[in-house]
Amino acid sequence: MAGRLYTKSHEWLTVDGKSVTVGITDFAQSQLGDVVFLELPKAGRKLDAGETFGVVESVKAASDLYSPVSGRVSAVNEQLAGKPELINSDPYGDGWILKLELAGDLPTDLMDEAAYKKSTESQT
Amino acid sequence: MVDFGGWELPQQYTSIREEHIAVRKVAGLFDISHMGRFQVTGEAGLAFLQSLLTNDLSRIGRGRAQYNLMCNDHGGILDDLVVYWGDDGFTVVVNAANRERDLEWMRSHAPSSVELEDRTFELALIALQGPRAQELLPAKGLDDLPYFGCRPGEVAGVSAFVSRTGYTGEDGFEIFVSADLVGEVWDAILKNGAGQGVLPAGLGARDATRLEAALRLYGNDMDDNVNPYEAGLGWTVRLDKGEFIGRDSLRRIKRDGPARTLVGLTTAPGDIARHGAAVRRHDRVVGSVTSGTHSFFLGHPIALALVEAASLRVGETAGVDVRGRQASAEVVQLPFYRGSARSAAAPAKS
Repeated sequence: MAGRLYTKSHEWLTVDGKSVTVGITDFAQSQLGDVVFLELPKAGRKLDAGETFGVVESVKAASDLYSPVSGRVSAVNEQLAGKPELINSDPYGDGWILKLELAGDLPTDLMDEAAYKKSTESQT
Repeated sequence: MVDFGGWELPQQYTSIREEHIAVRKVAGLFDISHMGRFQVTGEAGLAFLQSLLTNDLSRIGRGRAQYNLMCNDHGGILDDLVVYWGDDGFTVVVNAANRERDLEWMRSHAPSSVELEDRTFELALIALQGPRAQELLPAKGLDDLPYFGCRPGEVAGVSAFVSRTGYTGEDGFEIFVSADLVGEVWDAILKNGAGQGVLPAGLGARDATRLEAALRLYGNDMDDNVNPYEAGLGWTVRLDKGEFIGRDSLRRIKRDGPARTLVGLTTAPGDIARHGAAVRRHDRVVGSVTSGTHSFFLGHPIALALVEAASLRVGETAGVDVRGRQASAEVVQLPFYRGSARSAAAPAKS
């Protein structure tokens, strides 16, 4: 499995063959503040790269979630329904949001850790 | 950090959730030095404030504080504030965003025998709020201070002016202390309460706790286009106390009945109705949300909404816009939560 990749809209993804796991970054959760609710798609839904797939609601605001790749939703983290705070406490672990079955290639504009870190430094 | 009326304030120190629960279960320490602090002195000080404010200061006396509104000629609310009657005149605490406008308004109405001084930058203000605030405040001789009482005292060995007031619905103290010593007092309070669960609390926890207690926020729940009767603050208007700015308009509004009313709404977890969201009854828009957040303490979202008078009654179901769709909301009795504050009849404002 390769290292984590990142989007400009602050999602992260890991790729294992055709299986892609998606969440939001530590930077994103710290900017959002305490997460209270997530609106997520059902397994089976087809998503295009860049398409809105859900909403993360924090005490401050509601923010859209964007699919980093094209594919079909294969699993949704059911734990988040009862424990949305996992997004804050463990954004890269138990706070994962969904898994996708990748269709086609990875988009070319994904960033590696160093590039993403650099992109967020100008935003703090 | 967020900009709040020109001041940089922390939304949270650690987590809004933890800070909010600390205020409800133990105590939270707020830095509210952004609020404007004016000193009113001179023999005509009382008459001056009586002519500008809606509540009747003659009903209290030295050593007491009172929640008040300042209105314009039309009865629109210019600001909500607390007057603290001290040994050498009055301290008036106003909202940060209104400080300069309030000062200008008050100066333009002040007779020459009244001295009005802006002490915002030399006098800091912090508040310890929570059911265990009295036990955990490192001070002696303040336990008998009544709710909405105020007097000079010592906190952590530093001279201060202390009042038993707040903006959370909980028992607690507001501490006016010289700006160059406030860091010392702040650290001492946190050190004293560290093992007991006292936390520094930011704007997020302040907004959530004040909203649970249904304490209005100027600029959200009311402004100069909203009158006290619409805001549900008619109890602060003493039409019989003598002449004051806005009295004739307010008398007329009271006689005719207000056009709008502030109601409380609760929604299902996840459906947070934000400021400005349309509120409907049977698909007809009757008003909009003025404040809304998720209550970690109650476990569901809560909101205040300004709606057409008598359009929504407690127990009824309303519709409210959430993320572009209509969610169901229940109209509930205010406040959403009654904390340890001593008197429910006198909502506090810090």
